[in-house]
Amino acid sequence: MTDLTTREDVRALLTRRAREVTPARIFTGGPDGGYTTADLLALRADHAAARDAVLASLDLAHPALADIATRHAVFAVDSQAATIEEHLLRPDLGRRLSEPGRAAITAACPPAPDVQIVIGDGLSAAAVHAQVPTVLPLLVAECRQRGWSVARPFAVRHCRVGVMNDVGEALDPAVVVLLIGERPGLATAESLSAYLAYRPRPGDTDANRDLISNIHARGLTTEEAVRRIADLIAEQRAMRGSGVAARSA
Amino acid sequence: MTPTVSYRCTLRGETHTFADLRELLAKANEVKSGDALAGIAADTATERVAAKLALADVPLREIADTPLIEDDVTALIEETHDRATFDREFASLTVGELRELVLSRAFAGRWSDEGLARALTPEMAAAVAKLMGNKDLVVAAAPLRTVTRLRNTMGQPGVLACRVQPNHPSDAVEGVLLSAVDGLLYGCGDAMLGLNPVDDGVDSVASVLGGLQDLIRRLGVPTQSCVLAHITTQLEAMRRGAPVDLLFQSIAGTEGANASFGVTLELLGEGREAVIAHHAEREETFIGEQVMYFETGQGSALSAGAHHDVDQLTIEARAHGVARAFDPFLVNTVVGFIGPEYLADARQINRAGLEDHFMGRLLGLPMGCDVCYTNHADADQNSNDDLLMLLAMAGCQYVMGIPGSDDVMLNYQSTSYHDVAAVRELLGLRPAPEFEAWLAEMGLWQDGRLTRGDGPVLDAAAAAVAEGAPPELAA
Repeated sequence: MTDLTTREDVRALLTRRAREVTPARIFTGGPDGGYTTADLLALRADHAAARDAVLASLDLAHPALADIATRHAVFAVDSQAATIEEHLLRPDLGRRLSEPGRAAITAACPPAPDVQIVIGDGLSAAAVHAQVPTVLPLLVAECRQRGWSVARPFAVRHCRVGVMNDVGEALDPAVVVLLIGERPGLATAESLSAYLAYRPRPGDTDANRDLISNIHARGLTTEEAVRRIADLIAEQRAMRGSGVAARSA
Repeated sequence: MTPTVSYRCTLRGETHTFADLRELLAKANEVKSGDALAGIAADTATERVAAKLALADVPLREIADTPLIEDDVTALIEETHDRATFDREFASLTVGELRELVLSRAFAGRWSDEGLARALTPEMAAAVAKLMGNKDLVVAAAPLRTVTRLRNTMGQPGVLACRVQPNHPSDAVEGVLLSAVDGLLYGCGDAMLGLNPVDDGVDSVASVLGGLQDLIRRLGVPTQSCVLAHITTQLEAMRRGAPVDLLFQSIAGTEGANASFGVTLELLGEGREAVIAHHAEREETFIGEQVMYFETGQGSALSAGAHHDVDQLTIEARAHGVARAFDPFLVNTVVGFIGPEYLADARQINRAGLEDHFMGRLLGLPMGCDVCYTNHADADQNSNDDLLMLLAMAGCQYVMGIPGSDDVMLNYQSTSYHDVAAVRELLGLRPAPEFEAWLAEMGLWQDGRLTRGDGPVLDAAAAAVAEGAPPELAA
């Protein structure tokens, strides 16, 4: 048993324990009117990272992404949301491919592959820049090893999850895998999700999709994420469906 | 349904027409991205004001007689409307006249003494809110007090209560309880110790409910606990022996939107009865039977595709109408949580927070606000500070206390223990009376302010940790 002889000992014990059992900002102290200066500015710094991630543009030439994008011949198209502001205020537009975008993927990607990988900025281009360089090559390799055809991957700027329906309609892949940036929290602005849908079509909802989230340095590892994505692809192919809609059918 | 009436207004030589009350209400709304997303907002600033001018002349009787939606929420609103008092006090007034009435000094006394809240419908509260400036919304709300009771008393003049929201990314009970202890040291937690669970499973919910109840018992805190799982999960945990103080549910202002939350009005009523019966079996003292805790927020009906082309402010008011029918202990508009497609920026979020709070007060609800924003909305902690101070001036029933304002489970920012302590001190506000007495007993409160001591509360927590007591502080 710890010896608690002074108030400082008590505080120190609890503060130490708190750091072990929760990421919450507790036992932080501060002046009567607010936070310590360090705590206030730490909050500002975390929020700034989140804002910058939301407002950043998906950039295939980003230093972290450029090599991988070139190696896999990734190209980028636009959703119907023309600007980042429109993307944030009009999720309905981010769920639709622009006409030039639809034409470009139809021209560049062979129809009806086993797997079509799509990259979307979603609410964090920073997550794409941070995670896709490791996730994409591992995922492509894993798919090929399992004997599935993988079409040329492409990216969608100002992308929402629902864009999978347009991709399904345009290219008819068996499974669409969308790697998309999650809404940043203060803990990380670099968390990626993978949405998977079997033969998605217009009108499909989240009930027709499977999701693996929290892919980032302190969350789900890249290797584990890729293994789970591949297992889900196999499962969707086997049951010819996806999401709770297929599982409860 | 009465025959559709159209409205018109000529402003600076241009005549604007509005096909029906639904369109008039939508176009009279202050700017909200959600109304634009729904395609029902005014096209120009002038059209918006023309709609307000036309709305100002609409008799309240016409609003009472013109249901905007046919569903069970409308039926509930009509059923709970005190039509006799309405006919006597309000029927002949226009919306513009109602605004001036609620801003008159004599109104609050009559509202309270004569039970005028129940003579007003949610649609009337929404209509008048559309004609009010932000300062109007603060000034009019401040004197309208609704006192409620469960294990303590909310809503008396001069009280600003606080819900400790000790969320944790994996619901780890020790982490939750240490967050709660930190809140208690800042005088927070009188509204409740209320956790949003990651795991909506019955066992996990029961485990957190047990942990919170042990903390309350061990320290003798006069407050209530809540785990904000789906209502059916809470009721199942209760049936399996978990202690349920407050029964939570998110609600909305249309039948369809409530269905998207997996609730019906019948379910809310049955749940309330079950919890009241459960309290009669508990050994703790309950000083009231106001067992319900509701959360609302503009935009949820549109999000569910169940808005019927009615604007998000009016539907929020209808959610208040649902809440009122179940005699809640507290209601909370989670104003900035929904995202920028419904409330784009700080100006819209702050406006919506003041509107929701005012409408709730006018309708007689114990109205609080989760003053908050997400990271994809154009808002920040500075704008959050602004709304917190405005609502504290407006007499807001309670706000959230979240460590450092950073919710590590829901990934959004709200108000903190530090914020609540600072605003109480700034405006001379206090915790609930029973809780204030307990704080004084613990050496945490003296002469109307926090002592910033830690005393027996910290000792108890530390002793439990030192004993290696996890997963629960109590032993």
